[in-house]
Amino acid sequence: MSTTTPQAPHAATARRRSAPDWTKAFSPRNLADTLLAGYLPIVVALLIIVLPLVWMISSSFKPVNEIVTLAPDFLPQNPTLENYETVDRRIPLLTVLQNSIIVTSVGSAIKVLLAITTAYALVFIRVPGANLIFLGILVALMVPPEVSMLPNFMTIEALGGRNTLWGIILPGLGTAFGTFLLRQHFKALPKELFEAADLDGAGHFRKLFQIAVPVSLPAISTVALVTIVNEWNSFLWPLIITDSRDKMTLPVALNQLRSVEDTVASYGILMAGAVLVIVPMLIIFAMLQRYIVAGLTQGAVK
Amino acid sequence: MTTTASPPALGRRDSAEPSGAPDEHQLEIERRRARRRQRSKNWSLFLLFAGPNILLILAFIYYPLAMNVWYSTLDWRLGAPSADPVGLANYQRFFTSPSGLEVWRVTGIFTFGAVAGSMVLGLLIALVLNKKIPGRTFARTAVFSPYVLSGVGVALVWMFIFDPQRGALMHILNRFGIDSPQWFLDPDANLWMVIIVYVWKNLGYCAVVFLAGLQSIPRDLLEAATIDRAGPVRRFFSVVLPLLTPTVFFLLVTNIIFSMTNAFDILRVMTPTGNGTNTIIFEIYLQSFGQFNRAGYSAAIAVVLFLTLLIITAVQLRFVERKVHYQ
Repeated sequence: MSTTTPQAPHAATARRRSAPDWTKAFSPRNLADTLLAGYLPIVVALLIIVLPLVWMISSSFKPVNEIVTLAPDFLPQNPTLENYETVDRRIPLLTVLQNSIIVTSVGSAIKVLLAITTAYALVFIRVPGANLIFLGILVALMVPPEVSMLPNFMTIEALGGRNTLWGIILPGLGTAFGTFLLRQHFKALPKELFEAADLDGAGHFRKLFQIAVPVSLPAISTVALVTIVNEWNSFLWPLIITDSRDKMTLPVALNQLRSVEDTVASYGILMAGAVLVIVPMLIIFAMLQRYIVAGLTQGAVK
Repeated sequence: MTTTASPPALGRRDSAEPSGAPDEHQLEIERRRARRRQRSKNWSLFLLFAGPNILLILAFIYYPLAMNVWYSTLDWRLGAPSADPVGLANYQRFFTSPSGLEVWRVTGIFTFGAVAGSMVLGLLIALVLNKKIPGRTFARTAVFSPYVLSGVGVALVWMFIFDPQRGALMHILNRFGIDSPQWFLDPDANLWMVIIVYVWKNLGYCAVVFLAGLQSIPRDLLEAATIDRAGPVRRFFSVVLPLLTPTVFFLLVTNIIFSMTNAFDILRVMTPTGNGTNTIIFEIYLQSFGQFNRAGYSAAIAVVLFLTLLIITAVQLRFVERKVHYQ
């Protein structure tokens, strides 16, 4: 809690310092400078990033004749939902969405809980060899899913997990990323926080859930959001372990939709599918980008 | 951990000298016993807290690593009940056969294009965003956003843009009197296409990391250079870039690793059977779950990929972390 107060004076001085600049900002020379050197490149960069996404949304509402035309308009002239209806006919959209939501929420919830408890154990419960275990977790962070894919497929198939939601969730549950991030965070917590609890004779459970978790909510949110984004976008493992359309997640179903709809006329349908998988994450990102960017660039920014 | 003295010896010493300060001994034994009890209590608590996660990591990351090594020595088709041991033949094939060498070539080009593209563009964007202009927070967010989007969705969007018959890129190229390349048919065009999409998705990450690096450059150094009449270009190459080397090396290593491991969605959706886009991760998938079912061969490539990543990480830890810091 006390960590937020030192920032306040900084912000105040920054604001005070920018006040005299403000009048200078409107001199003609500075305006031209800002527009050419500042805004022009930013606008170009933004267009390159944003236009494909706007094009996706716009095209998803276009009827077929506006897709196949050789002189397309930027916005749909006769907006229609028929592309979304076709997606729903080709793949069982509601089932697939439900699968994705279950996999994302259950998978993320368990992963975040495991990351919290593991990180806590690594930092606060003294056992010999804890550092070695942490090293083992760090190495696991380095193993890409493509490497463990084949043996995991054999394991899950042997357990009867093909075309089941638990079969999609289970192999990804061990969390190295979240553990790593929260361990760094717990290590930086001031010791005094826990001394009072120790005097009260509080056990590790109370120290974890009444002290460590409440003061770490921003870090935990970061881990949770990054995990949610990854689970929602996850493609390789669900692709391998499911081939029944009732158990697919959204990215896998869209991949199948692509192989069915492969004429020029079907781009509207594919764009509707892309909107369904992209826009939810875009919204979450727009609302909570601070946490997500912090989590994904962790290690770079010290 | 000096407390690990063997317990039986303690007991014997205790009975040998009953008269010499029995309280001390009793206390010492009690203390050791308490410590031992505490330690085993700590262990059970540790396993309660961390055990499930450790178990999952062992079962679904370490066990597969070991199994891959075994699989890699087999001539084994996925789904077949039996397999023949072939020693190192799978490795030999990956390092000598034309199709194996092709994977290295494609991985090299993809990695180079993806890393160079996203780092150069990312740095340019970061330099622009580093100026104090209103709206830059929004711009930073927008530029970063493709990094968190589904690779499958992104690939679908770009397929439409690249389409040589109806794509937006075709329309733009036609404006300038250029015919669109046959992006989906020509293997080389295929590779450049997926590199472009990967760079589009990835450059925001580089931009944000570069931006953090730029903002940590001490202002007085730049001011000193300005007083010495260094122009913006000179300032960039003589002050900014040298101070940015830790960031550059960090991004170089992470980008090499990411581009080797994170591009699967784009590759699988845009080029389903890998026409000229068989990077090492895609080849692992195609060999075992594509049309061939060569599980043993696929496992050998997976082992090679893991060792490659291990070497890259080791190199980073040995050299980069120490040698590029100025302070």
